[in-house]
Amino acid sequence: MDLSFTPEENAFREEVRAFFRDQLPDDIREKLVAGLHPSKDDMVRWSRILNKKGWAVAHWPKQYGGTGWTPVQQYIFLEELQLAPAPAPLAFGVSMVGPVIYTFGNEEQKKKYLPRIANLDDWWCQGFSEPGAGSDLAGLKTTARREGDHYIVNGQKTWTTLGQHADLIFMLVRTDPNAKKQEGISFLLIDMKTPGITVRPIITIEGGHEVNEVFFDDVKVPAENLVGQENKGWDYAKFLLGNERVGIARVGASKERIRRLKQLATAERDGDAPLIENQRFREKLAWIEVELKALEMTQLRVVAGEAKREKGKPDPASSILKIKGSEIQQAITELALEVAGPYVLPYRAESADHGWNEPPAGPDWASPLAPAYFNYRKVSIYGGSNEIQKNIIAKAILGL
Amino acid sequence: MDFDFSEEQRMLKDSVDRLVTDRYDFDARKVHARGEHGFSEEIWKQCAELGLLALPFSEEDGGFGGGAVETMLVMESLGRALALEPYVATVVLSGGLLRHAASPAQRAELVPQIASGELKLAFAHAERHARYNLAHVETRARKEGDAYVLDGEKSLVLNGDAADKLIVSARVKGTNRDRDGIALFLIDAKAHGVSRRGYATQDGARAAEITLSGVRVPADAALGEPGKALAAIERTVDEAIAALCAEAVGCMEAMHKDTVEYLKTRKQFGVTIGSFQALQHRAVEMFVALEQARSITMYATMMAGESDAAERGRAMSAAKAQVGRSVRFVGQQAIQLHGGVGMTYELKVGHYFKRATMIDMMFGDADHHLAKLAAMGGLIAA
Repeated sequence: MDLSFTPEENAFREEVRAFFRDQLPDDIREKLVAGLHPSKDDMVRWSRILNKKGWAVAHWPKQYGGTGWTPVQQYIFLEELQLAPAPAPLAFGVSMVGPVIYTFGNEEQKKKYLPRIANLDDWWCQGFSEPGAGSDLAGLKTTARREGDHYIVNGQKTWTTLGQHADLIFMLVRTDPNAKKQEGISFLLIDMKTPGITVRPIITIEGGHEVNEVFFDDVKVPAENLVGQENKGWDYAKFLLGNERVGIARVGASKERIRRLKQLATAERDGDAPLIENQRFREKLAWIEVELKALEMTQLRVVAGEAKREKGKPDPASSILKIKGSEIQQAITELALEVAGPYVLPYRAESADHGWNEPPAGPDWASPLAPAYFNYRKVSIYGGSNEIQKNIIAKAILGL
Repeated sequence: MDFDFSEEQRMLKDSVDRLVTDRYDFDARKVHARGEHGFSEEIWKQCAELGLLALPFSEEDGGFGGGAVETMLVMESLGRALALEPYVATVVLSGGLLRHAASPAQRAELVPQIASGELKLAFAHAERHARYNLAHVETRARKEGDAYVLDGEKSLVLNGDAADKLIVSARVKGTNRDRDGIALFLIDAKAHGVSRRGYATQDGARAAEITLSGVRVPADAALGEPGKALAAIERTVDEAIAALCAEAVGCMEAMHKDTVEYLKTRKQFGVTIGSFQALQHRAVEMFVALEQARSITMYATMMAGESDAAERGRAMSAAKAQVGRSVRFVGQQAIQLHGGVGMTYELKVGHYFKRATMIDMMFGDADHHLAKLAAMGGLIAA
């Protein structure tokens, strides 16, 4: 057992850090430090910088443009990216549909889509959840009826994150209404400009526009847009959902937020005393750091074991990454409220998206804090709610 | 980055696990506890034969040159067994002081005796109002010619009643809680002026209150330079914290396993109670708390050899805080999920609960270490 990084790994970290330091545009970095969301243009600009370097789809197999990095290198890359802080490449493309396409798609699909994912030429969104299919995803009702060389798609998807920017959507659709619920599902790629598609924003509690409803009304989709085999979509979906393990804990992002929080709490005064000198505040913060350190080690246990593990046999420790990672992210946004204290109150609609143009009431860094706290309630709900995660662990690991 | 154990480490783990499986089930433990000093001399001999007592000492000193990882492996197993033998007192604490403070000549004399099992040591450091402050030493060592004369009261000396020799901390100068001025002396437990009162602790182990009145020791009984001992004490206690965290992980692992097993077998309302989602989720939350404790114990183990005291101290405080909180949750829920039977003395789970709780309260509880870590600025630089 040797838990230190090798000199090569440390040198790699330096290389990655220097790249982010030199190549990440300042305006994007500042936006992320302030706790604001990158715009579509920010994402595209940054993705192309990464892609030019060959790092946009770092974890893909080499033949599709990946780097061939070890799991530890990928971990370091992701951590440094989050620490920079830089936007992560759009997950719907690089972490979700990309791996499905290069694993189950045909040659034409690979050629057509993969390079465009890497360069963010295509903005992908995810069409899985439906109003009646949340935690019970296999209960989805959107249908795709085969007619000649087309499918006709009808139904509704929801919680479609950043769907307002999307060029393409990957979908789970029901192609066999008579089969058992997991068995009649197919994986379909659809151009968002196809007639019959309507996108409607869902405004979340903090006032931001991240998610959407997408309606499909007799949408005609070429049959060649089917990935893999008809009615095997559930297998591909499980692959997709099980794929993203390393990133889910967001340890680097939480470290970066803690760093930010400490800087703010050092500058912010209660009378004459910096807030950071408040014992209770400091201990709450220290506890989050302790849990995060434990999570980081848990994550490293998973990463270090990844190379040796059989495919499809996740480390039991990996299952706790989602639960603990989301709890820690939420604890940080909650503690951040205390840094601003009463100055979390002033509301600015712009603060969630684009910066602002009116003079703030109170410190300008305070306005995104409450929206982040409200918005981050999502992290224990999305990607399989924490309660669903507990069901999974109870069954798969504890055998209950 | 490698979380796997080496071949030697795996063999070590196997041999300790075998000892525990063969000789340390819950009924055997009851017999061991009836030994003169609350543990089994025979098991102690077997520990010596397996090399466990020589483990952390360097090969030059007659040891096996094991590090914190080896100690972690042993302590986890001892935790699963709820072992009563004075491993922490003799090997981890006293052994640590010998490694960090004693002269090569002193080690050459003592380490082989520890390794063979014939010499048991205890660390007589704590005092009545010290709580968790390691610099709190009111016991005095007065220089008289070539000798020192020790006077004071030592408390909560782990396995102090079983020890052949004691390593005693005493102040040669300064006032109480000064970092400077603390010395360590090796004294015979039966020396003139030493009186010991042994007693049981909550977890079935033993400790002693020790009074030193005019105990005269030669100057060469000092370990290291008198007055400069605190750094070695802190380093040793940090190693003990890492070791106790590993023991607590062993306890928690056993509690979690027993609890899940119980959920699978206990039937009420015509079904196993493990079919109830409320209880399933609780068992998962225990699992998460256990794995977080295991992870941070690995971190503490990795940092136990760190020579920068501040960096090492941060890691130990982080570990002790996490393990302390995990211990409370896992322990309480293990009892709760067992229901009434979990309250009984005859079931092992309650004994794990007690031992793990006592570990939290030793060398600083979770809140103590959280406050300490917070005062040091936490783990992440601003």
